[in-house]
Amino acid sequence: MKTLAKTLAFCAATLLPLMAQAAEPIRIGSVLSVSGPAAFLGDPEAKTLEMYVAQINKQGGVLGREVKLVHYDDGGDASKANGFAKRLIDDDKVDFLVGGTTSGSTMSMVPLAEKAGIPFISLAGAVVIVEPVKKWVFKTPHSDRMAAEKVFVDMQKRGITKVALLSETSGFGQSGKKETEAVAAKYGITLVANETYGPKDTDMGPQLTKIKNTPGVQAVFVFGLGQGPAIVTKNYRQLGIDLPLYQSHGVASDEFLKLAGPAAEGVRLPSPAQIIGDKLPADDPQKPVVTAYNAAYKAAYNESTSTFGGYAYDGLMLMVQAVTAAGSTDRAKVRDALEATKGHVGVSGTFTMSPTDHMGLDLSSFRMLEVKNGDWALLP
Amino acid sequence: MRDPRHLGLAVLAAVLAVLPFVLPNSFYLDLAIRMAINAIVVLGLNLLIGFAGQISFGHAGFLGIGAYASAVLPTHYGVHPMLALGAGAAAAGALAAAVSYPIFKLKGHYLAMATLGLGIILNIAFRNEAALTGGPDGMPVPSLELFSFTLSSDRDWYWVVAALLVVSVWASLNLIDSPFGRALRALHGSEVASKVVGVDIARYKMAIFVMSAVFASIMGSITAHYVGFVTPTVSEFFHSIELVTMVVVGGMASVFGSLVGAVLLTALPQILATFEGWETVAFGAILILFMIVLPRGLVPTLAARLGKGG
Repeated sequence: MKTLAKTLAFCAATLLPLMAQAAEPIRIGSVLSVSGPAAFLGDPEAKTLEMYVAQINKQGGVLGREVKLVHYDDGGDASKANGFAKRLIDDDKVDFLVGGTTSGSTMSMVPLAEKAGIPFISLAGAVVIVEPVKKWVFKTPHSDRMAAEKVFVDMQKRGITKVALLSETSGFGQSGKKETEAVAAKYGITLVANETYGPKDTDMGPQLTKIKNTPGVQAVFVFGLGQGPAIVTKNYRQLGIDLPLYQSHGVASDEFLKLAGPAAEGVRLPSPAQIIGDKLPADDPQKPVVTAYNAAYKAAYNESTSTFGGYAYDGLMLMVQAVTAAGSTDRAKVRDALEATKGHVGVSGTFTMSPTDHMGLDLSSFRMLEVKNGDWALLP
Repeated sequence: MRDPRHLGLAVLAAVLAVLPFVLPNSFYLDLAIRMAINAIVVLGLNLLIGFAGQISFGHAGFLGIGAYASAVLPTHYGVHPMLALGAGAAAAGALAAAVSYPIFKLKGHYLAMATLGLGIILNIAFRNEAALTGGPDGMPVPSLELFSFTLSSDRDWYWVVAALLVVSVWASLNLIDSPFGRALRALHGSEVASKVVGVDIARYKMAIFVMSAVFASIMGSITAHYVGFVTPTVSEFFHSIELVTMVVVGGMASVFGSLVGAVLLTALPQILATFEGWETVAFGAILILFMIVLPRGLVPTLAARLGKGG
């Protein structure tokens, strides 16, 4: 009797802590710009993370453990993002970080993640986040450099060499301008005009007139987000410019078609597969992932998806996949698993990471689209 | 020590000395550092608003000058961070003097308009000079070296900022009790009367404005080095408003009111962060409540009530 009691006590003493440990949730920390000027990026990201964390938990969690999302809003302020990242790491003691809506927010969080040795998947675009490679930092969005390269590849096919660049003075536009300038020569492209406009401008006629009067221009490339590019497109038609017009992935959403209306006809842009989910050929590996994500998001929030939510989806799934592959939440092991990601099919593309590439996407993750009859058409 | 003001200074020093040993982790230490940094900026701004009766809506611009001086000069020109900090402060002071010199010849709140414009212009400059400032995405800031010692841990930063805060409070208290401070208070009471007794109004106003701009610039440099990254949001108009709000909530013309205002408004967003989606609403409601119940600011109202009761 005594031995039985002892055995029971022993079992209880050894098993209870184990069970308690198993029940401990995996904590994912996130800082997103849900309010402020970058809210149109941060809002779908936050919604996507919440929706999929709930779904993962419904399906039994990761490694049998519940996933807990701790989320703060930085309002688009990098200094606040830095403070909240500190709070997540030191006070909330999260296991991993997924977030950083803008490049500024991300870069202010990077030193903290590096110092604490905590795997961090950023949802921001700029190349500087992963170049030079930082040990603990990864990112899911396509870089602005890739967008420029994709556009230049298409221009090369059409024999275009002299291009006018019109960029927005926002973070997105200026980073895009820098990368466009950097890769142009590689594709034999000369930027014969280089104009900018403010994100809240309502008329880009002057810039376009200047471009129109520049001798030798063969095509115009616009790098901006939201309303600006739609206004540029309208002004472009009003001024009767009949050169090919290219936009960046920043306007790859149905919103652009609505804003620009018939003026958008013939506009070409690089876009993630997500926008044209239902038009993808049936054998496209991304098709099931993209259509499932679009349908789930629409069902949950009754609004159409954006590429930004897709970045958050990929960030979360990459992390989950890495934790599963590592078989534990040990930060170093998860980091190694993230770096070893191969052929992970996501909403934004197929990710293959390496010690020299912490983004893992190549040019094939962008599709070249053209607006035809008021809808997107996939170019070969 | 019989003077309640110096008692306040002693209490502040004691609290600051004990704080790092009772805070549970470095997140709270980080919060304390941010509070102290804001408190010093608000102290300078309160001297201007509370004592000289002038409002600045461009103080974030001066913070931006300091922050970007500390980021740009060492990164692009190899200037020592301490020199860069000094250069930023000098530039902010010179700019404040240049802007205020013609304005203080006029009567009324023209400084508010001028600083409003100045702040926005500075913000646009930081945003658009991408080659130097990294544009809207911002740029990293090298760490601060004090002589041969590099500041890196939160604890080191805490002691530096805490010491700066104590010195600033002590200096402000002394300034208010000096002939200079008395002249300022006279000026706030009645410009005509102070002119009659021989106070050079324009010169005094300018001096205090320049001083508060220098305070802001130095703290901008400190913030930039502490966070290690700077973006144009530091100089945004909304940040200027935030600073003025700290002055008003804490109590105009009150040194300790500045501290309370800074501590409260730095802590509130962190406390409210858990009310996801509602934090802005709650923040606004609290501010409105304060203005209705405590129109003169927390510290002066409470001090008056306690004075009456006791």
